[in-house]
Amino acid sequence: MSEKELGQKLDRCLADCAVKIGAGLGLGIVFSVVFFKRRTLPIAFGTGAGLGMAYSNCQNDLRSPYLLHSNTIKEQ
Amino acid sequence: MLRVCLKGANAAARKCLCERAGHPLQHCRRYTSAGDSGSVAGKIVAASLLTVGGGLGGTILYAKWDPKFRANVEKNVPYSDQLFGMTLGPPPPPVVPLPKKPAKVEPLQISTLSEASKESKQPKVKEKVKAKEKEAPVEPAPVAEETPAPPPQSLEAEECKECAHESAPALQERPVEEVTARLAEQDKAEQDTLASLTAGLDDTLGSSAKLTLQAIGAQEAALAAIATHTQKLKEAMDSESPPDRKSSQWRVLEEALSERNRAVDNAAEALLKAKGELEKLKGVINSAKESKIDTARPQILAAEENLHSMIVDLDKVATKVQTAQSEAKIVSQYSDLVNEAKAQFQKELESIAPEIQANWRGLTGKLSMDDLNSLIAHAHRRIDQLNRELAEQRVREQIHVEKALEQQKLEDQKALEQALATALEHNREEMRLEQERKVQEVRDVMEAEMRTQLRRQAAAHTDHLRDVLKVQEQELREEAQQVLGSKLLEQETHFRKLSQEQLDAFTLDMNAAHARLKGIEEAIDSHVVAEEEARKAHQLWLSVEALNYSLNTAGADAPTEPLEDAVRTIKEKCAENEFAQALTLALPEESLTRGVFSEASLRARFYGIRQLARRVALIDETRNSLYQYFLSYLQSVLLFEREQEAPPAKLAPEDLDTFKLLAYATYSIEHGDLELAAKFVNQLRGESRRVAQDWLKEARLTLETKQVVSLLSAYANAVGLGTTQAP
Repeated sequence: MSEKELGQKLDRCLADCAVKIGAGLGLGIVFSVVFFKRRTLPIAFGTGAGLGMAYSNCQNDLRSPYLLHSNTIKEQ
Repeated sequence: MLRVCLKGANAAARKCLCERAGHPLQHCRRYTSAGDSGSVAGKIVAASLLTVGGGLGGTILYAKWDPKFRANVEKNVPYSDQLFGMTLGPPPPPVVPLPKKPAKVEPLQISTLSEASKESKQPKVKEKVKAKEKEAPVEPAPVAEETPAPPPQSLEAEECKECAHESAPALQERPVEEVTARLAEQDKAEQDTLASLTAGLDDTLGSSAKLTLQAIGAQEAALAAIATHTQKLKEAMDSESPPDRKSSQWRVLEEALSERNRAVDNAAEALLKAKGELEKLKGVINSAKESKIDTARPQILAAEENLHSMIVDLDKVATKVQTAQSEAKIVSQYSDLVNEAKAQFQKELESIAPEIQANWRGLTGKLSMDDLNSLIAHAHRRIDQLNRELAEQRVREQIHVEKALEQQKLEDQKALEQALATALEHNREEMRLEQERKVQEVRDVMEAEMRTQLRRQAAAHTDHLRDVLKVQEQELREEAQQVLGSKLLEQETHFRKLSQEQLDAFTLDMNAAHARLKGIEEAIDSHVVAEEEARKAHQLWLSVEALNYSLNTAGADAPTEPLEDAVRTIKEKCAENEFAQALTLALPEESLTRGVFSEASLRARFYGIRQLARRVALIDETRNSLYQYFLSYLQSVLLFEREQEAPPAKLAPEDLDTFKLLAYATYSIEHGDLELAAKFVNQLRGESRRVAQDWLKEARLTLETKQVVSLLSAYANAVGLGTTQAP
């Protein structure tokens, strides 16, 4: 079902976001703990990075139908 | 459909049967026309029967009358001898010429009879006298017995037997028909008299023959006896035997003499009897002659001939006996003389020597010298005397001889005359018999000729009759034939007319029936066709209904069951319906395999799609970031519009806005027009389109299927409507 696609995508995005954010957070925390003496920077960074990645992924996923590959164009 | 097929098959079968059964009925009719010609046929039959019967009766009667004709017919026509044997009795044996009736034997017979009696009586008397004189019982026995039966007598007897046989079969007679009854009666009377005559003749012939035989036998016996007697006498005279033998000889001689006498007496008696019988026979023959029956003639002739021959034989034998008797007489005379001389001598001897007895047997050795001398002297004297006598005798001899000769001549003459007379009589008789025989023969010949002529006449008559009858028969037959022909023709025309009428009527009926049948058949065929069509339409409609029904099996969110089965049913059942087939082919694959969603489910699903499509209304291929997503979502939240909007008749370019389109679609869907909604949804662009893609596809499928199904059902309905006949 094509109408379920968006929902699925969004679900994936969310999941991915959560994962990424969590992962970033985690890493950030880890890094902050490990490397950056409990600073919140790496946490923020990780979280932000995670969020950004998730966003980007989500966007990419949402764009994917409209994405044209160079080889496709050439063939067309 | 099955019923329609069965009806069609029945109709076809009935048609075939009717066609086949129709033709033989025309052929199996038979009419018999009986021509009535009974009376004419009866007449013809009666006439022919009469002819045949008359011919047969005439033939049989003529055969009865004429044995020769009978023999002829028996020889020529097979099995006629059986017929004749049945009706007339066995055929008479071939006629043997019998001796003719002796008519002129009477005087001869009587004379011979008298002579025979006389002669038989004569020696008897003479010898009786001599016997009285003599002491020795030398009785002349005129015995003349002939022991062997003469051949002619046996032949006569045989002939008599034959004529007896001949007369017997002629007695069996029977009348054959009324027409010949009189003839038969005459014949019968004739035959009766003939029978009596022949019986009498036979009897007398038989008895006369027997007696004649006896007489002849007796005569011959007498002859023999006479011969023996004379022989013995001669012996006794001549032989010089001792006295004892002489006495025995004399005794034997006496016996012979007595026997001779007896035989001669017997012979005479027998001769008398025979002659008497012959006279009787003659009388019978005369009476038979007087009856004038021609058929008896040969028998009469035979009897006459028999009689004549008997008489002749009797005469012969009588003459033989007479000669023998005369000889015997001579010998007896001689013996008498000798005896006389002996007696004389004895007497002389006795006178001379009285002591010497007549017994010569004791003569030897008893005579003395004196006796001897006296005997010798006597003997000498006797010799002298005898010599003298001899001389005297010699002298007288001549005279005696002459006298004797004359006497003998006379006697010879007499005998000759008598013999001549007898012979003449015999000859005359023979001539007469011969004449009679010839006459009989001529008569027979004449008879035969007359019979032939008569036969010819009869044959001619029968021929004439036959011809006349044939002509008559021909005429009658022609007439009958004509009548028969005309009747037959009449009957035939009548029959033809009737049959033609019947044929016409039948043909008419048959044609009418045939036409009706044809009409019925056509009606039935059209019915069948119509039924067939109706069945097919029904089938189609049913299957379309099934399809429709299967369309309705859509659940809330589940598609219908796959329409494949229903479509297959349609395909199978209505294989010859091209339209349906084409339509079934037009069904989309998805509907067949997976089924389609119902309108309701699509409607329900549409709202979700609408929502989603509103939310991603701003997203297209150019703007598709996440932020845009947010924005479009925001837009959808903030934009308030009527959910439904009636779509215009014509779409303007500003109507191609997502929200507008969705509003139109919603309106359409709410009003059940999925097609329009699908059309509107189809105008979506971008992400909204992508979101609604599946729904659109489904909607398209459904719409297609629905269209096809509606077409099919419309078609089925139309066909059904077309096939159903208005009441």
